[in-house]
Amino acid sequence: MSLLTGVFVVSIIALVFGLVLGFAAVRFKVEGDPLVDQIDEILPQTQCGQCGYPGCRPYAEAIANGDEINKCPPGGEATIQKLSELTGKEAKPLDEAHGVEDVKKVAYIREDECIGCTKCIQACPVDAIMGANKQMHTVIADECTGCDLCVDPCPVDCIDMIPIPTKAERWKWDLESIPVNVDTAPAASRQVEGV
Amino acid sequence: MASAIKIWSFPGGVHPPERKTLANQTATATTELPEKVYVPVKQHIGAEGQLLVQPGDTVLRGQALTQPGMSGGLPVHAPSSGTVINIAEHTSNHPSGIPTLTITIKLDGKHESIEFTAVENPLEQSPQELIKYIREAGIAGLGGAAYPTAQKLSQTQNTELLIINGVECEPYIVSDDRLMREHAEEIVSGITILQSALQAQQTIVAIEDNKPEAIQAMRQAIESASIEAAVAVVPTKYPSGGEKQLIQLLTGKEVPSNGYPSDMGILMQNVGTAYAIHEAIYLGKPLMERIVTLTGEALQKPGTVWALLGTPVSHLLDSASLQASSKQKVIIGGPMMGYTISDLEVPVVKSTNCILCPTESELPATGHEMACIRCGQCEQVCPASLLPQQLYWYAKASDHDALKQHHLKDCIECGACAYVCPSEIPLVHYYRKAKAEIREELIEQQKADIARQRFEARQARLEREKQARLEKHKKAAEARQAALAARAAAAEADPTEQSTADTAANNGEKQSKVAAAIARAKAKNAAQAESATAEDDKKARVAEAVARAKAKKAAQAESATAEDDKKARVAEAVARAKAKKAAQAESATPEDDKAKQSSQQSDNAEAEKKRRVAAAVARAKAKKAEQQKQQNSVTTSERGDSESS
Repeated sequence: MSLLTGVFVVSIIALVFGLVLGFAAVRFKVEGDPLVDQIDEILPQTQCGQCGYPGCRPYAEAIANGDEINKCPPGGEATIQKLSELTGKEAKPLDEAHGVEDVKKVAYIREDECIGCTKCIQACPVDAIMGANKQMHTVIADECTGCDLCVDPCPVDCIDMIPIPTKAERWKWDLESIPVNVDTAPAASRQVEGV
Repeated sequence: MASAIKIWSFPGGVHPPERKTLANQTATATTELPEKVYVPVKQHIGAEGQLLVQPGDTVLRGQALTQPGMSGGLPVHAPSSGTVINIAEHTSNHPSGIPTLTITIKLDGKHESIEFTAVENPLEQSPQELIKYIREAGIAGLGGAAYPTAQKLSQTQNTELLIINGVECEPYIVSDDRLMREHAEEIVSGITILQSALQAQQTIVAIEDNKPEAIQAMRQAIESASIEAAVAVVPTKYPSGGEKQLIQLLTGKEVPSNGYPSDMGILMQNVGTAYAIHEAIYLGKPLMERIVTLTGEALQKPGTVWALLGTPVSHLLDSASLQASSKQKVIIGGPMMGYTISDLEVPVVKSTNCILCPTESELPATGHEMACIRCGQCEQVCPASLLPQQLYWYAKASDHDALKQHHLKDCIECGACAYVCPSEIPLVHYYRKAKAEIREELIEQQKADIARQRFEARQARLEREKQARLEKHKKAAEARQAALAARAAAAEADPTEQSTADTAANNGEKQSKVAAAIARAKAKNAAQAESATAEDDKKARVAEAVARAKAKKAAQAESATAEDDKKARVAEAVARAKAKKAAQAESATPEDDKAKQSSQQSDNAEAEKKRRVAAAVARAKAKKAEQQKQQNSVTTSERGDSESS
């Protein structure tokens, strides 16, 4: 009798938990892979395709499916470090087959040479180029990710990738990078003496 | 009333040697006009204004050189008369020395002014009007941060307490001290404008107790002007002149970590700003000059001067007779928060309150940085109650999350921690670097978010367009099917066709099916041709444009362009005509074939077929022409390249 009671109680418990879990699985279903979103957060969103995937999100999906984390040159070491923390994979140096870390750049169209062919507009992954057929095109510099993808399609090669100059407001207090260091360099003192 | 103000206290703080007597003994001097002035377009926090002048323009003293543009910003004004000789990048008065857009004016020495018009009955003007005048005068906070004053005033609502900051706690600097001694009445008059613009309920002028003459002067001026204001004397301690620290001293309340004084109904202005407001409103003078302390033992004639904004630092040091040593430092600001400059041609800007030239023995170069011994002295002196040693460790490790948790952003970079550090660690430098890195990370993150949104929006758009295209094709196919079915029904009803089909072949049904298939294919081709014609035309024109551009590049006659255009159009028209002709000719041949296959067809169907074939041929011709043109353009460009190389 007691055996039967035990079996009965356990089955009831199993049934209840089964129902709860079943309900939770339907009610709190997570659409998509949250890991992909987290990886996508970390990637620099240049959408340059240097990793071999057509954009950052596809690469995020690939990483979630086990691809290497060192294929993103625009993100560089910092991104690899963060991805390593998130995925638990070993932080390898950047895979040079996919390019090297470079300074941030922005596309610039030499406007008097633009013929208005719209090819760069079609190539831009973030719609950062304005223009229309037979009208001059121009890059919205603030939206440009510096991905380089518009340079090749241009039939008249009128697109340059220009390094973004450092502005005083965004200077990172790199005292060593100031051309003349007053404390040590004699140039400044020469100037001062010359007064 | 003055004695009624209770002085509270703030945590931490240090008492470095004051060294103020070096420069505050003599009256403020005026310097000779420099040969040139360098006026940076942006001298305040926020957006820069739009240029109003060009190289070669002559400008008068007080003339606006920029105006607030789309994104706001403050104007800058010519400090003296002369000619604009250059508008280009010039070394900035900034710790980085990164060049910024600067208007260089060669002064003519006449010092001619525009006509300054004072505001009439300023105290009866509305606050908005007053703020507008203050903005037009280009006034930014003269205490050091150069925050646009008009912006600060308009952001503040329901001001309970207006604090006029004459504390000037940093060693060496005596600009505000001298200003209060010499121009107390003007400062008080500026305070009345501020009171009127803010409808402030209470006004306190705060001065450190090491400036008895300034306190005396301000008290007298307030009394004689009989305005509602009190002078609060605060004990000398660094950094009691910091905005948050002074508020704590006067009210006992702390400005919350993410908040601003305006959230508490408090607004603070520097005495220099009050003076500039007086000048702007009562005299109509924009901000063109400021008082600068020239001090340090390396100067033979230290003191305060009225310096035109844009005066090169070298000119001022000249006037103060600098005895430079081999390792002479020139510091903008004071010894605690100032920065050394690398080029003496940098201009005086709105925020430059002091130029310090210490001798080697007076302010020794920082020694070798040693390891942190966790003595905890920095924590004792931090006026913001932070943990400097922890911040130091995290900054060294670039642990931005931990830095945020330890409230790095509340650090006012006063330098008290570095001042007491026995290991001579340049703590503030670490914090500044870390702050810059965090800021940069945030900017990158924001940019990445925007890029992601734009990328996803684009993907969605492409997908949408693809679906629309598929939908269109599907509909067109259905329409064709329907048309074909209708035609087949019509053909069946026609007995003549039936009979010819029977006589032509044994398997009439099969034949008609083949004919139907051919007709379908033709219809499809024609439909595509129709949709493509417009695009092809466009493409052909683009190709033409390429050819034109290339031709132009190859440095052919400029006048030829219009002719070329005409020619190209004529050629195009000829090509079109030819295509049409050819199409007509060609359409005759398949017609014969078809006559053999199905000998009789209605006139209607024949005409339609003809039209379709003509369209298809025209399309092909257009494509061919385009290809040819592209080839031409390639050869042209190759030729152009080889010529240019």
